[in-house]
Amino acid sequence: MTWWQRAGQRLPAWPLLAWLAGALVAAVVERAVGLHVVHALGLPTLPSMFGLSSVFAEPGLMPHTLAYLLLVYLLPAGGVAALLAPWVRRSLVRLSPRLALLVHLGVLYAVFHVWGHTDDYRLLVLRLLGIGIILTTSLNLVNGWMGEFSVSVAGFMAVGAYVSSVLTVWGFVDDDVFGPAVLPAVLAPFAFPLVLVLGGVAAALSALLVAVPSFRTRGDYLAIISLAYVFIVKSALENAEFIGGPRGFMNQPTLASLPVVFVWTLLCVATIALYVTSTYGKATSAVRDNESAAEAVTVDTRRVKVVAFLTHAFWSGIAGGLYAHVIGYINPSNFGLIKSAEVLAMLYLGGLSSVSGSVLGTVLFQLLSEVLRPLKLVKWLVIPVLLILVMVFRPRGLFGFRELRLPFVPARPYGAAGD
Amino acid sequence: MFLLTLVVTMLLTAVIGVLVERVAYRPLRDAPRASAAITGLMVGIFLETANLALLGASRKTFPTLLEDTVYRLGGVILTNVKVMIVGLALLLMWALHLLVQKTKLGMAMRAMSVDYAILPLMGVPVNTVIVLTFALGSALAGAAGVLFSMAYPVLEPYMGLLIGWKAFVAAILGGRGSIPGAVLGGFILGFIEIFVAALFVSTLRDLIAYSVVLLILTYRPYGLFGEPYSARLRL
Repeated sequence: MTWWQRAGQRLPAWPLLAWLAGALVAAVVERAVGLHVVHALGLPTLPSMFGLSSVFAEPGLMPHTLAYLLLVYLLPAGGVAALLAPWVRRSLVRLSPRLALLVHLGVLYAVFHVWGHTDDYRLLVLRLLGIGIILTTSLNLVNGWMGEFSVSVAGFMAVGAYVSSVLTVWGFVDDDVFGPAVLPAVLAPFAFPLVLVLGGVAAALSALLVAVPSFRTRGDYLAIISLAYVFIVKSALENAEFIGGPRGFMNQPTLASLPVVFVWTLLCVATIALYVTSTYGKATSAVRDNESAAEAVTVDTRRVKVVAFLTHAFWSGIAGGLYAHVIGYINPSNFGLIKSAEVLAMLYLGGLSSVSGSVLGTVLFQLLSEVLRPLKLVKWLVIPVLLILVMVFRPRGLFGFRELRLPFVPARPYGAAGD
Repeated sequence: MFLLTLVVTMLLTAVIGVLVERVAYRPLRDAPRASAAITGLMVGIFLETANLALLGASRKTFPTLLEDTVYRLGGVILTNVKVMIVGLALLLMWALHLLVQKTKLGMAMRAMSVDYAILPLMGVPVNTVIVLTFALGSALAGAAGVLFSMAYPVLEPYMGLLIGWKAFVAAILGGRGSIPGAVLGGFILGFIEIFVAALFVSTLRDLIAYSVVLLILTYRPYGLFGEPYSARLRL
């Protein structure tokens, strides 16, 4: 048995929490001595996305980047994970599953916090990733569990983004159009969740335009209705001069910090995961598989459809509000069909009817996007080809109709698994 | 010169259509239909970007294939090119309608939309029919591209994007599988766009056009001439 086989066998034996703690230590190490290592290795800058963005820009730097990754990330993370593994294993079994989940999430956030705040680019990518996860997971409810083909996600996002932007600018910013700030800026972080929810509710109400026709039609016809919705919203925003029209709307306070986006992303993923495993979620899948049969076994199909569409629209509206307050500027052309196509690509890459698939699909797609960014035009040749290949070889996406189970609590002692 | 351009374009786009079917649709024939929609979308992005990469982002002028002659009938100004475009479009649509309704190939196409699984049992060569359908559809799209460029002779890589979406909207508005429906749907969409630009502001064009689409589909859930999905078939 070679050393890498032995290492491979040892890897899964360390609990996830030990790895997370290792990652946290690695992030702290990078914060403390990262720049020194960069200088010692002769790298021009800190490799912000694991050096991924420089793979194509400067291939000559690959060995240096790999050395950096090994020194700063892999060695500390692996070492700490190895050291902590026995202790983590012993203490995890004493926790209740819920508490164990909370501990995992807490450490995960700490990793993001330390790692993300070293570099503005990372912070931006992480927050956009969270927003992408909200969009993809909630779209999965309609396109996956309910089996429709909706492309209106960009429209819902636009409604949420504009409503919440108008509210925050009116309330907390001295603006030419909306006058001086109505409320003291101290209140802004506390009012922000309420503002986001209002944006989400507005998006959900506007989603009735798509949800009501869905009672009587489906498939291509509903796809066209959702397409028309995107064009209507975009065109209406372009004609609304008081919120900037085609010039866009700016001056939003950048309230969507990393912890805010993290918490909303968690809330969304948790809501959808609980939704689809509930009786209601099963009714939703029943409508997908056979609407008449579902009706026959007392499923209120209209209600199921409205609730699914409104949940999707609500979360997309929240994501739109977060997006506006990450970037600080929105424009109707941000929310066109291209945006919808991007979310659809993330969804189908990850796979339908799978929460973990949506999360992984988003992460993969956005990381890939960042890797290919220096290639500019060629990026849009490579991404379609990759997606076609994924679809051809895995027509249901990477995790379609399956869930990745994370072992938060070991069911039995590690190493005892029948080997 | 014009006819040669038209025929060669149609042949080439037909070849591209067959290639696309082979690469992006055939492997997904038994997969969920939405997966095929995604690959279709991706093929579109790929072709447009490839166009951009090969020809550059600068706009090009489409050469004049027919000399303009202007006719005046009362207050209406017509050019021979516009008359020819409308005439040729009608001719092609009529030919397509005949092909779908009166020939064996058309019958096979219609049968496929009703029950795809049972066709091979009836002795229909499914692959041939699908390939021919793709070739025909792509050739007609190529013809539309030539006619469009004659009317608006400016070429740019993304010129097909918006027209493509509108074609899809028009086809569904008319009802799946109905060629007269698609003609009417396209006419309604085009009519509203010109009408709005003439009566109101042209920026309201999309807003009004798509609101009408939404209204029509709300009250006629299966388009103007379409039939409901059969209860057994889940697409």
